[in-house]
Amino acid sequence: MQQSYDAIIIGGGHNGLTCAAYLAKGGEKDGKNKLKVLVLERREKVGGAAMSEEKYPGFIYSTCSYVCSLLRPEIFRFLDLPKHGLQVIPYDINSAPNPEGEGIIYYNDHDRTRESLRRHSIRDAEAYDEYAMEISRHCRFIKRTLLMTPPDPTQLNPFAQNRINPWGHREDLDGLLRIGREFGRLGERHMYDMIRFWSMSVADFLDQYFETPRWKGLAAASSIIGTALGPYSPGTAYVLLHHYMGEVDGQIGAWGFARGGMGSVSKAIAAAATEAGVEIRTNAEVEKVIVRGGKAVGVALKSGEEIYAKSIVSNADPKRTYLKLIDKGDLDAIDPDIHRYASNYKIRGSSGKLNIALDGLPEFAGLGKEAAYGTIDIGGDFDYIERAFDDYKYGGWSKRPFLDCVIPTTVDPTMSPPGKHFMSVFVQYVPYQLAEGPWTPEMKAQYEKDVLDTIELHAPGFRKLVLHVQCRTPWDIENEVGMTEGNIFHGELTLDQLLFNRPFPGMGQYRGPFDNFYMCGSGTHPGGGVMGAPGANASHEILKDFSRGVVQ
Amino acid sequence: MTAPMNQADGIVIGAGHNGLVTAAYLAKAGLKVTVLEAAPQVGGAAVTREFAPGYKVSGVAHLLHGLHPTIARDLDLARHGLDLKAQRIATRSLLPGGRGFNLDPASIATISRSDADAYPAVMARLTRMADALAAYALQTPPRPDVMKMDWQGKLNLGRFAWGLRRLGRKDLLELTRILTMNVNDLANDYFESEAVRGLLCFEGVLGLALGPRSPSTVFNLLYRLSSMGANGPSSNGLGGFLLPKGGMGTVTQALAKAAQAAGATIRTEAAVDHILIEADAAAGVVLSTGEEVRAPRVVSNADPQRTALQLIGPRNLDTMFVSRIRHMRMNGCAAKIHLALDGLPDSLANARGRIVVAPKPDDIERAYDCAKYGRVSDRPALEVTIPSLGDPSLAPAGKHVASIVAQYCPHKLHDTSVDAARRQIGERTLSTLEEVAPGLQQRVTAMEVLTPHDIEAQFGMTGGQWHHGEITLDQVLFLRPAGQAQDYRMPVPGVYLCGAGAHPGGNVSGAAGYNAAREILKDARAQKRVVGAA
Repeated sequence: MQQSYDAIIIGGGHNGLTCAAYLAKGGEKDGKNKLKVLVLERREKVGGAAMSEEKYPGFIYSTCSYVCSLLRPEIFRFLDLPKHGLQVIPYDINSAPNPEGEGIIYYNDHDRTRESLRRHSIRDAEAYDEYAMEISRHCRFIKRTLLMTPPDPTQLNPFAQNRINPWGHREDLDGLLRIGREFGRLGERHMYDMIRFWSMSVADFLDQYFETPRWKGLAAASSIIGTALGPYSPGTAYVLLHHYMGEVDGQIGAWGFARGGMGSVSKAIAAAATEAGVEIRTNAEVEKVIVRGGKAVGVALKSGEEIYAKSIVSNADPKRTYLKLIDKGDLDAIDPDIHRYASNYKIRGSSGKLNIALDGLPEFAGLGKEAAYGTIDIGGDFDYIERAFDDYKYGGWSKRPFLDCVIPTTVDPTMSPPGKHFMSVFVQYVPYQLAEGPWTPEMKAQYEKDVLDTIELHAPGFRKLVLHVQCRTPWDIENEVGMTEGNIFHGELTLDQLLFNRPFPGMGQYRGPFDNFYMCGSGTHPGGGVMGAPGANASHEILKDFSRGVVQ
Repeated sequence: MTAPMNQADGIVIGAGHNGLVTAAYLAKAGLKVTVLEAAPQVGGAAVTREFAPGYKVSGVAHLLHGLHPTIARDLDLARHGLDLKAQRIATRSLLPGGRGFNLDPASIATISRSDADAYPAVMARLTRMADALAAYALQTPPRPDVMKMDWQGKLNLGRFAWGLRRLGRKDLLELTRILTMNVNDLANDYFESEAVRGLLCFEGVLGLALGPRSPSTVFNLLYRLSSMGANGPSSNGLGGFLLPKGGMGTVTQALAKAAQAAGATIRTEAAVDHILIEADAAAGVVLSTGEEVRAPRVVSNADPQRTALQLIGPRNLDTMFVSRIRHMRMNGCAAKIHLALDGLPDSLANARGRIVVAPKPDDIERAYDCAKYGRVSDRPALEVTIPSLGDPSLAPAGKHVASIVAQYCPHKLHDTSVDAARRQIGERTLSTLEEVAPGLQQRVTAMEVLTPHDIEAQFGMTGGQWHHGEITLDQVLFLRPAGQAQDYRMPVPGVYLCGAGAHPGGNVSGAAGYNAAREILKDARAQKRVVGAA
């Protein structure tokens, strides 16, 4: 069994590619031990859920993820992605149409937003200052934890030696102290607010500040996108941050379109990786991880080919990794709980996607033309979203869904013929399986109709513009991209599955249960979104183990 | 030393169980304490009252599962007529079609073999975690800024942390995982049968305006388990309920006797209008009659909103604190229903225990969905006791009383009048009961329905929330009632909070009153003033 590689990465998603590039470069600090890395991708091209495809002649769709913001600037710089052709065009507007009156517009510019709120409620406009301050406080705190390996609170004995730390275990204590110091800087009053914030429902949180129902609905949107929770569920306030902590060229909280669709993000990272010497093989589906004597030693491809390496890294989500790629026997030999953790892991498909080719630019009720240049959130007040959630709870799609729409072609001419447009519609909530059973073509058609009707309601005359619709349920997304239940975050972003508990208790530090086995996907800290942080963090732990001779 | 009648060292507003506990401890320490109660009898929400001629029942709280042994011992409640060993009752879940099961492996086996096998281990694990958390019940909550705590606080926190660590790595990690989870997922993790999951979910949502799928409901489950831990480790999880002979009134009666024995004065029908504040400090209270009772320290057993917004008054508080208190979630969702029965259907003939009607998690979830939008549940989830079976003195010979908690009947109603809500929850409770206990309906001779609005009006609890604020992660420990007020001291010097709105919260545990007394005495000693009197 000859090991032709230092590391094999299962899955060429953006995290897998980021991890590969970091490993091949030997980490930021000193490129001492550069690794020989092979990336195995099941599909004919890399990118996973950050993908551009021509599904209708002349139109490039961002088939899954559709906007760019969370990608950590550190990674952006280290891999020099602009050089590899990634260009992110920031946009400024996030708006909510209103069939009954004037819509709500949110700008990146704080003062413009306050002014636009003033049109609806003086009180809200004034509260917006306080609100923005609190949010940015939370973001500043969270951000510092993104690019660190989450410390394990049960491993605080600095002298406890183990295989990974033969000279005593310090990282966890240090990490916890580091977080503690950050926390200390907040000052006591803000400490209370933050701890409260982490366990609150977004509805309670926003009710403290605002009164205009539609504005509260718009503000709540980012805390339910991709999660199987409603605005009244405790713990949703935190998810709010997950969509506030991004930035585009240094502009905090800004969102942007990747020129050429989200595929160009993956393309750029892949280019950076290849340049660093990473070998990428597509059409190479991994069937099993080969485990011998409690060590991961290689992978077996569907084709029957076996490839061996010093370390195996999975970019797949935790359920797929531990229930499909690894034999139960191998897990139970280590610890029977792992299989239970994996089967209990919450990874719920809750969102679908419609990719639409348009003959022209739609106009939205209660909004000016400018709205089309940013995100359009079609929804309403808390109850609207909560009712959409209720439909989902009992195994149906939302009859009146919440929709997060963007039209990237308004700023990116490369994605559609002149004068025509591509519109990406993110649909919340759509179940992976219906109460009646699996999706049937008829139900899918009905679901598509409900979505289009909802848009028509908020953008009169929309239907006449539609040239082609690619309609996707979580089930479709799982089968195409391989994400279990089509969950965009590789697992719910609830507190019980964050930090050192992501993906499972005791396995939150990118290391799998076996020697030489690692995880680098969104199913690890800090979680989902096209962020790259999990991949980068994982690479640090892997390189650490290599330099310590844990991996031979 | 003699002082005028309306002069005391300390005033306790409200003779609920926590107020009485505080009063007793303060009096034991030698303070001259006056307890002022608006109602004609003491006890607050833990009273025994006659709702129909000859039929008596526990007012709001109808089960005892938290009264802390330390308090019972300190105040020698046994001598004052409380028999804590009496009537330990078990829980039984009734399913449609007259089926049902008790909360013990043998009986669960009739529903599901594998659940019966899983149950003991799961309950033991949950109880272990709950007990580790319960270690903080008789402590003043820490401050997140640990450096600012005194050495005792640090010591307690250290002890607590060590207790958690002693759970072992696996349990501690599991605790961090489940603490914020929703009880429905927890039930799915551990059990297969809907009946058992339904029961577990009910225990997780009781007393909350949340459903089984709402995160933070597992915490409520652990919270309730922890209070049962107080009945001794043998409380085998959810079997640790007590049904006091003579109703909950006997508990508060015993507390009142203990307080009076210690020297406290209790005045009933003395409603406090507001707290008298002179020179930015408490000076006493003014009764609704206009009478003044003066004391350097005033302890409120009322809920935080009533205490801050009515008794103290916003003008004496900073806006931040006021808005925090205003936004405390106090949406009572449980109605209390009392039935006078001229007999029992066979299915309930010897139902001495606690009966839960929550056949499926989704039944509870749907019941909650109604409440979410301000409507009364179509099929409420129920907790039923028939105390007259164990204690005939509560009803005329051969007759019975049933005491029912029905969820959900929200205090925040949308386009439903309170009267309509009262009628609806009554009818729907009876029809739901009829499904599991056929023949009950025509046995009903009289019925009393207390909606959260009625509970608010009759027992003075804002929102009819009987925990004085929901027990959710964002409203416990140092966030209860609000940050920087978690040490039982209100922002006005000399004003304290001793009710369930303070840590550790609801249930008839007396822990809040116990902790408040400790802090008050700490201040008193610091002020030296009372040392002479003591």
